Formats: sequence, C-alpha cells, structure tokens
Amino acid sequence: MLDQTRDAGTQPNNFGFGENEVMLRDSVKKFFKNNLSTEKLHRLVAGDFDLHRDATAKWDKELWQQMVELGWTGLAVPEAAGGIGMSAVAVASIAEEAGKAALPSPLIPTLCSTYVLKACSSAIASSALESIVNGSAFSLAITNQKGSWEPEQTDVSVENNQLNGTAYFVQDAQKVDSFIVSAKNSKGVGLYLVDAKTQGLTINQDAIVDLTRDQAHLSFNKVEAKCLTESGSDALTQAHPALLTIVAADMVGAAEWQLQTTTEYAKMRKQFERQIGFFQAVKHPLVNLMVMIDQAKSLVYNAACAIDHEPEKAEQYARMANSMASDMADFGSGRSVQLHGGIGFTWECFIHIYFKRQMHNQFLYGDGKYQRSKLADMILGAVSQ
Amino acid sequence: MTDDAIKDSPEQAEFRAYCRNWLDENPLTAPTVRLPQSALEIMTPQQMDYLQSWQKRAYDAGLIGCDYAKEYGGGGRNNCQRIANEEMQKTKLPFFPNIVGLDMAAPTIFFHANEEVKKELLPSTFSGETIWCQGFSEPGAGSDLAGLNTFAEKKGDKWIINGHKVWTSLAHFADWMILIARTDKSQKHGGLTYFVVPIKENLGKSVDVQPLIKMTGETGFNEVRFENLEIDDKYRIDEIGKGWTVTQTTLLHERSAGQLVSAKSEGGGSGQDETGVMAGLINLAKSNFTNGESSVKNPLIRDELMQLLIRIEGLEQNQRRNRVAKLCDHPFRIPLQWKLVATEIAQGVGNLSMQIEGAASSLYIADVNSPSKGQSPLFYMNSFGMTIAGGTSEVMRNILGERVLGLAKTK
Repeated sequence: MLDQTRDAGTQPNNFGFGENEVMLRDSVKKFFKNNLSTEKLHRLVAGDFDLHRDATAKWDKELWQQMVELGWTGLAVPEAAGGIGMSAVAVASIAEEAGKAALPSPLIPTLCSTYVLKACSSAIASSALESIVNGSAFSLAITNQKGSWEPEQTDVSVENNQLNGTAYFVQDAQKVDSFIVSAKNSKGVGLYLVDAKTQGLTINQDAIVDLTRDQAHLSFNKVEAKCLTESGSDALTQAHPALLTIVAADMVGAAEWQLQTTTEYAKMRKQFERQIGFFQAVKHPLVNLMVMIDQAKSLVYNAACAIDHEPEKAEQYARMANSMASDMADFGSGRSVQLHGGIGFTWECFIHIYFKRQMHNQFLYGDGKYQRSKLADMILGAVSQ
Repeated sequence: MTDDAIKDSPEQAEFRAYCRNWLDENPLTAPTVRLPQSALEIMTPQQMDYLQSWQKRAYDAGLIGCDYAKEYGGGGRNNCQRIANEEMQKTKLPFFPNIVGLDMAAPTIFFHANEEVKKELLPSTFSGETIWCQGFSEPGAGSDLAGLNTFAEKKGDKWIINGHKVWTSLAHFADWMILIARTDKSQKHGGLTYFVVPIKENLGKSVDVQPLIKMTGETGFNEVRFENLEIDDKYRIDEIGKGWTVTQTTLLHERSAGQLVSAKSEGGGSGQDETGVMAGLINLAKSNFTNGESSVKNPLIRDELMQLLIRIEGLEQNQRRNRVAKLCDHPFRIPLQWKLVATEIAQGVGNLSMQIEGAASSLYIADVNSPSKGQSPLFYMNSFGMTIAGGTSEVMRNILGERVLGLAKTK
C-alpha cells in the first residue's frame, strides 16, 4: 500500500530534465516573454468588461501559428507519427510557461488530447496525431452536465457511428479543429473523433468568467464520427495522469506569476511610511504561497517523470500534484487580490486575469478535495457504503 | 547536466553497496530502556550510553563524517553522507545522540575554526565521544538572537565569560558547548563573537546546569549559567566581532540548508522517518475510532491523511529538485524552506494522530490502554519544540520573505 522503501533506481534523479528539455523550456520562456507581455495580454483579452459581452474567443492566432511552426504543439506526439516524442516533463514545463503567460490558445487541450490519442492505439488515432504535428488543434469532450470526470459518465451515446447527446465543459472549443468525444456504445464507452465543422454538431458557447480561454457545450444530432477506440475508459484512464499533470503545471506557472507580481507590489507600495512587504501580515502569506508553489512544482515534475518512467505510480503522483496545485491556485489567487488592496479589485489591474484563469484551472479534471478522495481510495481502500 | 544528477556516481554507488552490506551484517541489539522520540529528550544515562555506543559503531564503520577530510577524522569521500543517511533511514535504526555536534558544531568548526581546534574536536564529535550543546538563546534573546547579553571579556590570551543561556538541550550530558557571546556592547550584530567552550570539566565551578521541565513532563533541556568561566583564546571561532556571520553557518546547517550534509539516522527509536510516520498514522487510523466510528472511514480524517501524505511527498520531491540546479529559481529557495515545512508537517502528523485516536487520545504514557502508548499526545506536544527551536516558524517566514523574496527587513 504505502510505499515504504522507494527504489531509488525507478525514476531518474533529475526527473528526466536533460539538456534538451532545459533548452526547450528556456526557449519557451523567452518566446512568451518576447511575444506576450501581460500588457499585451490585457489588451487582447480584457477589452470588454460588459457582463453580457459576446463569448467570441480572443486569442492571437499568429502566435499560435508560430508555436505550431516551432513544433511545440506536436511535442508529445511520438516520432513514429512525425512528432518530436519528447518526455512528459518537457510537456509539463511548456504547460508551466503557458500558465505563467496565461496564454489564450488551444495548446493545453491539444497536449491533453495528444495523450488520449496515444492511449487509443488505432490507425485513426495515429493519423489524428499526425494532424496535430501539422497544426491541427484538438480538445476533449468527455464531461457530462454534472461535471463528472469519470470516463464512464457521459451524456453522449453512439449508434452506427453516429453521435447523439451533449458534452459539457469542453475547453477552447472555438479554437480547435477536432474533438475527442466519449460516448456510450453497446459495450461501454468508446472514444470518437469529430471534426469541428461536421454537420449536426452545434458548438454552444458558454459565457465564462475566465478571459484567457473559451468553453462550450457541444450538441450532437446524428453526427458522423470515426471510432478512435471501443475501450474509451481504458484509454482515458491511461491518459488521465497526463491530463492532471498538464493542468497542474499550468497552475504552477500562473501561481508563480501571482507570487512575483504581488511581491513586487509589496516592495513598491508604501503605507504607514513603510513598504507593505515589511508587515508580516503581508510577508508571511507570500511565503506560504511560495512554499505551496514549490511543493506543487516538485510534485508536478515527479508525476510527469512517472508517466514515462514509473507508469504504475503515475495516477497516484498526478493526483498528489493536482491536489496541491489546486489548493495553491486557490490560496495564491485569493492572496494576490487581497494583498494588492483596492487596486487589485479593479478591472485595470492585471491580477484579475490570473485570478480567473486559476479559478477555472482549479476545477478542471477535479478539484483538490476530489483528487484526495480518489487518492484515499487508492491508499486506504474505498469505504463501502 | 552532469551524470550525478541522474544516478549515483561510481563512488556513491560503491559506498551505497558497502553501507547496505554493513547494515545487513551488523544488526543493532535492541535497547533495554525506552528511547525518547528524539535526541532532544534524552533523559537518563542509560539512554545516553546506548545511543552513544550506537553512534560510535556507526562512526567506526565509516557512516558518519563521510564527506569530511580524513585528517579531521572524516571519511574523505565526496557527497557520500547523503548515501549513508538514505541507507540508515531504510534500516530501522535509532537516531544519533550527538545531534548538536553533528548538525551544528562540526560544520561550524570545519568552516571557521583554526587547524588545532579542528583536529582536537572533530574526530570525537563524529564518534559521539564528545557530546555538544548549543548556547545561543537567552532569557532576553529568543527570536531576536543578536540581542543577547552573555559577555566575554578579553584578559591577555584568555576570555572570561559571564551570562545565562536557556533551552539548552543535552547540556546535562554535554562535554562542550558552541557559544555566542557579546564582546562589544556598542554594536548589536557586529559586537558578537563565537566560541567553543568546555562545560563538563567546569561543572560546579564556573558552569551551572539546571534542568528545565518541558510541557510534556520530560526533561532534556536546561538553563546554563556562567560565572567567570575562563577559556583559552584558541577556542575563539573566527575573528572577534564575526560571531553573527559564524552563527549563520551554524543555523543554516541546523535548518538542513547548509553546504555539508550531517549524519542522520532516524528510522527507529520511537521517533521515525516521515514515510514511517505516515504508515504508522494510517495503521493508527485503521485500528481506532473517533466519535464512535472507524477513523479510517471518516471522510475528513481521510482528507487530512492525504493532505499530509502529499506534503511529505512534496518535501521529498523538493529535496530531489534542489539537487538539479536548472530546476531551481533561487539557490536558497528550497533549502531555507526545509525546516519550516518539515516541522509544520510533523505538527500536522501529531495533531491528526490525536484526532484519529479520538477520546482515547486523552490517555498518556502511563496508561496501558492508550492506543499509541501515549506517543501521539507526546509527539504532538513535542512538535511545538520543533516549530519553536532553531528559529520559530515565524522567524523562518521572515527569513524566507526577506532573503528569497527580497521583502523589506523586519529588524
């Protein structure tokens, strides 16, 4: 049950961060620094504060195109399918930088979809992976109206390769070319590939809080779909650690931005004739956030490393990472607004952009408490009702 | 990235095999006395004798002082202490009694003392034959340590020391003390000088040691008074007025954030390493009841168990990441967190063990019906020693906020 004697040899001590991974991370960091300043991001996504603003996604398509050309979107695609086939730690570090930049793009859902497609092992899945390398963006339509993250629970069904029903909480639906849809078939749950422009598919935009992405619920009315795998639950279960880890990495990056930005403010803002960072009521919460970030970051790298090197432990480690990251996102977002005081409560201050992205990230694929209840079932045994 | 980051170096691998083999072939006989939870609560000479002989055996086998030069009684190896510690951790072995000597005195002497003192004191510190205590805190100087008043006055090539130190763990067994004293009353930090002083040979003369009783009912720490203690100038560590700088070396190592790794063996006794603690806590939850129901089925206890498990894994993964420079944003960011996080996790473990035992957590050491033989309430209470000693959690947060985040200083 509980691992008492960790075998030091299972995972590489450096989490698999070799020279290539570090170089990649550094170039991604530099790319976002040069191309997506927070000022630019604010102009891009926060132009309209109207509560009833239209839900059209605001994002920089040219920037996305550059990322495609740099090969980052096909990063996790195996070499056999024309991708770079890089490790999950490389993917996590890119997601971390995307979170730090609060990047509006289909990068995160495409990376998540890559892991689901890899777990499908079919000819259709292979050609879908090839299309990712060529610049196609994907998203997962695997959640029901109640927001369940369990693979078996879907409000979509399939008959004669036609989908009917509705999938909810589909990320960046306006930005992607294809969806991976979970649907009930005669044997269980299968995964199906649907082109975003297919007849019978309606993409209903949700009006969401987060300004850095879009979300939709998809209605399927006799939509023609290609079967990626009949064993959808297995594929989703296999890909699940990657999904949790990628979202957790995004949260770690965004939280680091919140920490640095709020720390700078605490050095600049003076009250009672002192920098407010002098006061322990300000200083200590910032330290508490730093502690949570470091724990979450190390847990993310450990989970990512396990995906490639210790797959039997990946689910457990990914739940740990996502749990810590969700709690960190909650704490860091709250403190970043509170410690900025009045200005932090305004639309003009950039803080709200990250606050909203983190609120959204926190629930994706399950919040912290949910991860811990799943982890408890794995480690302590489930409680019979 | 070097090969070291990926796996053990050839030297480490060879040493690891040696340690494993030695530990397998030389099992320790069980103690005939109850051992306390850590070296800070050693009360009786019987406990001390047992633990001291264990430390001597480990030293003779080459498991202590591995990375120090041979001329100082060390093993002359490279980055091997961590390997010995990992292997000792896996084998359930008691802690070393000379915690102040290994964690604090040895690295401080190594980095700051003169050659003669290094050769005189380091070998017996590693072997545990010279037991150390720490003379830092005073009645008027706790978190604001640099406000201390114990005074050392220079007379020829001697120093005359007068003053009062408190919370001095192990002073009732100690041969030597690391001491900070004021040598200049006109300045605060710059008026401090660091010494090593022989206390046992001056007991009842110029040194008086009186026990203080902890909230648990245990002894183990003391107050120490100096009345005209005379020591030789060679036991002054580093320059006059440099005491605060030397103290930072001691404190960094005490907080496991120093350059040298100290020998640690904490898999046994009644204290345990963190993974062992967690397994113990889970077993406790499976066999106990709270408010009439099985503790392990209580959803709130399950959640708290998992929170602790995650924080312990996070602490371990932080240590792993800290060894890969390119994954760390600031060189002290992770090392300086260790003391704060490890002690607060320990407190969480203690607190949760009480919740798990429910009504039975009222039963203490002398009650045969206590599910943990009283260890849960004892550990919980002792955990406040951990979050206070060696820099309170509040001071640690100041240090992290100021040194790592660069926020305005408190002092």
